[in-house]
Amino acid sequence: MTDEPLLRVAALSKFYGSRVGCDNVSFDLWPGEVLAVVGESGSGKTTLLNCLSTRLLPSSGTASYRMRDGQFRELYRMSEAERRFLMRTDWGFVHQNPADGLRMTVSAGANVGERLMAVGDRHYGRIRATAVDWLSRVEIDEDRIDDEPRAFSGGMRQRLQIARNLVTGPRLVFMDEPTGGLDVSVQARLLDLLRGLVTDLGLAAIVVTHDLAVARLLSQRMMVMKDGRVVESGLTDRVLDDPRAPYTQLLVSSILQV
Amino acid sequence: MTDIATYNFAYLDEQTKRMIRRAILKGIAIPGYQVPFASREMPMPYGWGTGGVQVTASIIGPDDVLKVIDQGADDTTNAVSIRAFFKKVANVAVTTDTASATIIQTRHRIPEHPLTAAQVLVYQVPIPEPLRFLEPRETETRKMHALEEYGLMHVKLYEDIAKHGRIATTYAYPVKVEGRYVMDPSPTPKFDNPKMHRSPALQLFGAGREKRIYAVPPFTEVVSLDFEDHPFEVQTFDQPCALCAAENVYLDEVILDDHGGHMFVCSDTDHCEKRRADGHRGHLAPESHLASGTREPAQ
Repeated sequence: MTDEPLLRVAALSKFYGSRVGCDNVSFDLWPGEVLAVVGESGSGKTTLLNCLSTRLLPSSGTASYRMRDGQFRELYRMSEAERRFLMRTDWGFVHQNPADGLRMTVSAGANVGERLMAVGDRHYGRIRATAVDWLSRVEIDEDRIDDEPRAFSGGMRQRLQIARNLVTGPRLVFMDEPTGGLDVSVQARLLDLLRGLVTDLGLAAIVVTHDLAVARLLSQRMMVMKDGRVVESGLTDRVLDDPRAPYTQLLVSSILQV
Repeated sequence: MTDIATYNFAYLDEQTKRMIRRAILKGIAIPGYQVPFASREMPMPYGWGTGGVQVTASIIGPDDVLKVIDQGADDTTNAVSIRAFFKKVANVAVTTDTASATIIQTRHRIPEHPLTAAQVLVYQVPIPEPLRFLEPRETETRKMHALEEYGLMHVKLYEDIAKHGRIATTYAYPVKVEGRYVMDPSPTPKFDNPKMHRSPALQLFGAGREKRIYAVPPFTEVVSLDFEDHPFEVQTFDQPCALCAAENVYLDEVILDDHGGHMFVCSDTDHCEKRRADGHRGHLAPESHLASGTREPAQ
């Protein structure tokens, strides 16, 4: 562990014309830390995530990322080539819909291997061995390696997407509703897997979710958003057990009790 | 055959030729880079060589000698028509002899006879974008070229090995030009890829429908992509040409009857005819008309 954050976000805002995407968001993210961003639909969670992952450019504000050499780099001042390189080496992005993050027409093995080939690995045997290893880590049978993700169930696709993102050993992973659209038993296994991987690899992650249970399980820290603004942030357990902002209280009390 | 008054020299107007020459110059300056150009309607359908014809029309002069091949052959419809076209609109000399041609327009083969620095090879290209079937968005493929993100190209080769145990791509085999741009060598068999490497002849590529021109200047590095443990290999044939007994050339399979009879013959007809004229005999070569070759001489 280090005493310097991995990502520093200061006064980040994104406006769509006169509409607010997210407004004046600031936080630090430390290595190995999982931060959950929760809130209802339209609260600006995904806009924030897209800005942080440089898929969108913010209207104002800054975000600096500590590169592997220890130097902080301002994300929005990097060249597109550098950002894309960061995106496929040091970062991962897990989409809610696996079809957005996978290449549906190439095999599972090639999906996992693509990042390795993108950073210059040119040894088929080695790429394949790494792919096999990663498929087993996300609990996909080795004999499915040459199948296309089209032939996979939703849960398998999501696990494949995770393997594809983690194969280059990223330090920061963005997740947009990683368990959305999965049934509860599959969700539980996926969460279990994610928790294991995050701990084993010491990943930092920013997880956007509307599901407070997911946030509780995965994250150490939490930000609650409403209308593009952060209304409350703090340790996950504290926010969920002792919500202070009226909106957070509403959110927590809206959880269905079974 | 000197009456060309109804057409400008070589069919295209001078402004168009100038525009295309600019695209060609840019292409030569950035080897392997696809230069957009304002492709014109030609008196032939897309897919029949409109790109190649426009490039040829822009570089041809009255003293040039033109050869046109289609899948290696001088005597197929496309080759014969394009040759007749330029004879009519530019009144240039035409030939089927590789060595005496100054411009060779080709569809999907590089002649077996080595080319020289005095020759230009013009390729007809259907789909210039090597990444097209992996990434359908043009905006994205352009960005990938610009940022030199070519990992995806290897994904295709990986898929080949995973499915077939070897790289099964046999034509349009992607190459890297001068260590920078990944380029589609047009659907030539990969057998011809090594001939592009450090070729003394200028190689120009025209894609009429897709409106792109690209080029490989003489003596440019052209390297076929591969894996360390699955290196690039060209096709090999078990038997020599059935007509001229040539080995180490690209062969076409010709079906002889309805009972599975077939033979393999040179795809480069000029090469085959020359060898037979020199007295080489394959095991299926007819005994008669020895010196003249069996195929109709092209016009």
